[in-house]
Amino acid sequence: MGAEKLVKDFEAVVGTGNVMTSETDRHAYSYDAAVLDSVMPALVVRPENSEALGRTVRLCNENGIPLTVRGAGTNLSGGTIPHPGGVVVLTNGLDRILEINEADMYAVVEPGVVTATFAAEVARRGLFYPPDPGSQTVSTLGGNVAENAGGLRGLKYGVTKDYVMGVDFWDVNGELIKSGSRTVKCVTGYNLAGLMVASEGTLGVFDKIILKLIPPAQAAKSMMAVFDTMEAASETVAAIIANKIVPATLEMMDNFTIRTVENFRKAGLPTEAGALLLIEVDGHPAQVEEEAEKVETLCRKLGATDIKVANDAAERNAVWQARRDALPALAKLRPTCVLEDATVPRSMIPAMITALGEVSRKYDVTIGTFGHAGDGNLHPTILTDRRDKAEWERVEKAIDEIFDRALAMGGTLSGEHGIGLAKSKYMERETSRATLEYSRRMKSVLDPKGILNPGKIIG
Amino acid sequence: MADIHRLAQMLKELDDQLVNCMRCGMCQAVCPVFRESGREADVARGKLALLDGLASEMLSDPDGVNEKLNRCLLCGTCAANCPSGVKVMDIFIKARAIMTGYLGLSPVKKAIFRGMLANPRLMNSLMDIGARFQGVFTKPVDDMLGSSCARFMSPLIGDRHFKPLARTPLHKIVPELDTPAGSSGIRVAFFVGCAVDKFFPEVAQASLKVLEKAGVGVFMPPNQACCGIPALSSGDSDTFDKLILQNVQLFREGKFDYLVTSCASCTSTIRELWPTMFGGNASLRYDLSLLARKTMDISEFLVNIIGLDTKEPQGDGVVTYHDPCHLKNSLGITEQPRNLIRAAGCEFKEMNEAGTCCGCGGSFTVAHYDVSRKIGSRKAQNIMDSGADIVATSCPACMLQITDMLSQKKAGIKVKHVIELYAESLDG
Ligand SMILES: Cc1cc2nc3c(=O)[nH]c(=O)nc-3n(C[C@H](O)[C@H](O)[C@H](O)COP(=O)(O)OP(=O)(O)OC[C@H]3O[C@@H](n4cnc5c(N)ncnc54)[C@H](O)[C@@H]3O)c2cc1C
Ligand code: SF4
Ligand code: SF4
Ligand code: SF4
Repeated sequence: MGAEKLVKDFEAVVGTGNVMTSETDRHAYSYDAAVLDSVMPALVVRPENSEALGRTVRLCNENGIPLTVRGAGTNLSGGTIPHPGGVVVLTNGLDRILEINEADMYAVVEPGVVTATFAAEVARRGLFYPPDPGSQTVSTLGGNVAENAGGLRGLKYGVTKDYVMGVDFWDVNGELIKSGSRTVKCVTGYNLAGLMVASEGTLGVFDKIILKLIPPAQAAKSMMAVFDTMEAASETVAAIIANKIVPATLEMMDNFTIRTVENFRKAGLPTEAGALLLIEVDGHPAQVEEEAEKVETLCRKLGATDIKVANDAAERNAVWQARRDALPALAKLRPTCVLEDATVPRSMIPAMITALGEVSRKYDVTIGTFGHAGDGNLHPTILTDRRDKAEWERVEKAIDEIFDRALAMGGTLSGEHGIGLAKSKYMERETSRATLEYSRRMKSVLDPKGILNPGKIIG
Repeated sequence: MADIHRLAQMLKELDDQLVNCMRCGMCQAVCPVFRESGREADVARGKLALLDGLASEMLSDPDGVNEKLNRCLLCGTCAANCPSGVKVMDIFIKARAIMTGYLGLSPVKKAIFRGMLANPRLMNSLMDIGARFQGVFTKPVDDMLGSSCARFMSPLIGDRHFKPLARTPLHKIVPELDTPAGSSGIRVAFFVGCAVDKFFPEVAQASLKVLEKAGVGVFMPPNQACCGIPALSSGDSDTFDKLILQNVQLFREGKFDYLVTSCASCTSTIRELWPTMFGGNASLRYDLSLLARKTMDISEFLVNIIGLDTKEPQGDGVVTYHDPCHLKNSLGITEQPRNLIRAAGCEFKEMNEAGTCCGCGGSFTVAHYDVSRKIGSRKAQNIMDSGADIVATSCPACMLQITDMLSQKKAGIKVKHVIELYAESLDG
């Protein structure tokens, strides 16, 4: 079929203004937030309603054209880098919140709704949607489900998958598949909604998502604890959990990150400190008081040299500002910033920290480490200049070794950023040949022409 | 287009700045144009990727890139919020100059910038004629559009609700001033700016009155030229350089402690762009950075240098404030204008999204009136929702855009410069 005919067909489905063909428009959808080479799509299509989305998928399948769905394009693993000659389908025209049910505490949304917009709307109704990826002001809920995005509250409140009650999605033939329900319990058939979580656009295209909501905590208390060493800080993390306290957030920063953030904001952080823990407990006011006290005692017992407890909203914000500043401050140091995502069991955090130090020295690359200590999800952030070929080669080797080390500790390739193109080559190392084959067989049946985001996750 | 390599070469000079963009996409949250269109090429990340693609010769369509580059308000919101500290404004302005150098300036713009803007006397007389005949000669004026930050004529198009040119521009009312320092012991140079001169002489008069009452001496040379931002943002750096030269020669004549303006765009241009973007004589660049350091927005000057007496609210009318991009994003000035409103004895009420661009963006509103109007009408709605009787701001360009938008909604809300409110309060 001729290219012009195809453009006309897409225009008939989504309207003339919603098919982009110019070189410049296509180039603008050739990349995402991952540090990878860009690939130009042949077309960019922007459906504005559910039916048009379904017909778009079908049209791609009929013509055997690779299709990559794109929310905000903030994923860090190359999940939205298109296949050569493929079509990029934008979901940001599908951005309606269809229902927020206060009585039954769930919501139904289209995939293009921006995470923070949704969370704010839910909060306005007196409810709470906890997943809060750092990109929430721009990321979409469709992207969050497809990546199983996490956030600062993962430790106590879980990640996106813990809030997905159902997903309606288009299969390659443009048929609408329904999964899950509006009820808390549901065991109708295969757990297809579960299968869609973290599928990165390779198994179906989300049309509607049903999300669980919960009541917000009544009170919260934040504090910042200063330690001489990362070891002492990570032992404290383990001790807090061992004492059956589950903070809403439990974040860690290494000395390099502390100094960088302090340079950036001059907020009075202790630049001599080996590590900082940023802790927030929340819940019923009485419980919050009690837990905050226990956490403070534990920190002191395990070697905290100083503890600052936030007394009001402004002080609480200052604590979290330091954490929010970590990535921006590091990102300013060098031209290229590779944000990694290796995750280890909580108890292995001290070992992982040591390993990162060794990798950094061995390959002579700068690594700043911060992250979700509470759930073992560290973000070693490598600062480099991709144009420097020699250095970039060392960086790639360092990344390989970081994953090897994490896997050897019983960890995983990705805590929250997904596999995409960036890490598909490591998949077999963590799982097995058979696992990959199983996944590929499943995909080949559901998507016989292999049009759904080819190349991602399982290669 | 034989020589796309040359273009690529010129763009490569921006490489060091371009690579700092880590493509995180966080600028999507704040870009007013992206909010309306949802198109990646409209947000900073997309534009930077396009420039990068052109520099590495991955793209073959400079006209296409140029067109996308111009779909931007140059509001600086992306730069102010970029986690990576990418100097987006710097890049965009330099890129526009490079692209214009390569693709050429449109004949209309050439006529405006080189023929008129660079020749203040000629421009003044043409505009005087325009002011007298604007009702009659819509068409010739319409042609002059293409350009300016204050978009002098653009309101005359279509169904806009425009603010007409002032009957008598400031340069006719007060051609020049040179008064000694009074009780404050301070003397300032006053830079009028074209939009204030031609649309809002009352803003300049209010500024001069406040300065006089504060015992501040004023040096205001005649025949001041435009600050150059319209030319520069259209990529015409030659005209920009000429305008700077003309102004510097005028202001060199006087002795003053500060240079004060009542136009946010002029303030940020003189402070940020004169020293960095002037392409002429290197020795002059030093003078320009000295001058930049002395340059202040009028409310910043009054609050930081003179100090304000606070007044009890008078209770007649609620005032809200719109942050001009050029004060908030470029210079980080947000508190002083609000203090000025309070010091004028007005009841102040913050509106939603006060710091979001009004959608004017100089020639943007001319070339992309549909998007500009959507952005502006959201601003107007926020103003109306605040329940204010008056919206004050610090930039004449914003005043024009907001007047257009409020008038279309028949809001019945007055648009004023903060200095007008303060000047009025001095009578009481
Ligand atoms: C500064 C920054 C901070 C970040 N912080 C976090 C963090 O704290 N936690 C975290 O988990 N991640 C984080 N991320 C990564 C990223 O933001 C998340 O992965 C996010 O979920 C991606 O959402 P998106 O809308 O941008 O999706 P995109 O990047 O557009 O797409 C992601 C994947 O989802 C697929 N997809 C999108 N929509 C659909 C649909 N409708 N149907 C099927 N598949 C679809 C795409 O094909 C792609 O494979 C961060 C990224 C940045 C740049
Ligand atoms: S300009 Fe800044 S905010 Fe936008 S993508 Fe680049 S680094 Fe991110
Ligand atoms: S300057 Fe303003 S309009 Fe232009 S890209 Fe940045 S935020 Fe968007
Ligand atoms: S008129 Fe004001 S708010 Fe509007 S674009 Fe210009 S500076 Fe920004």
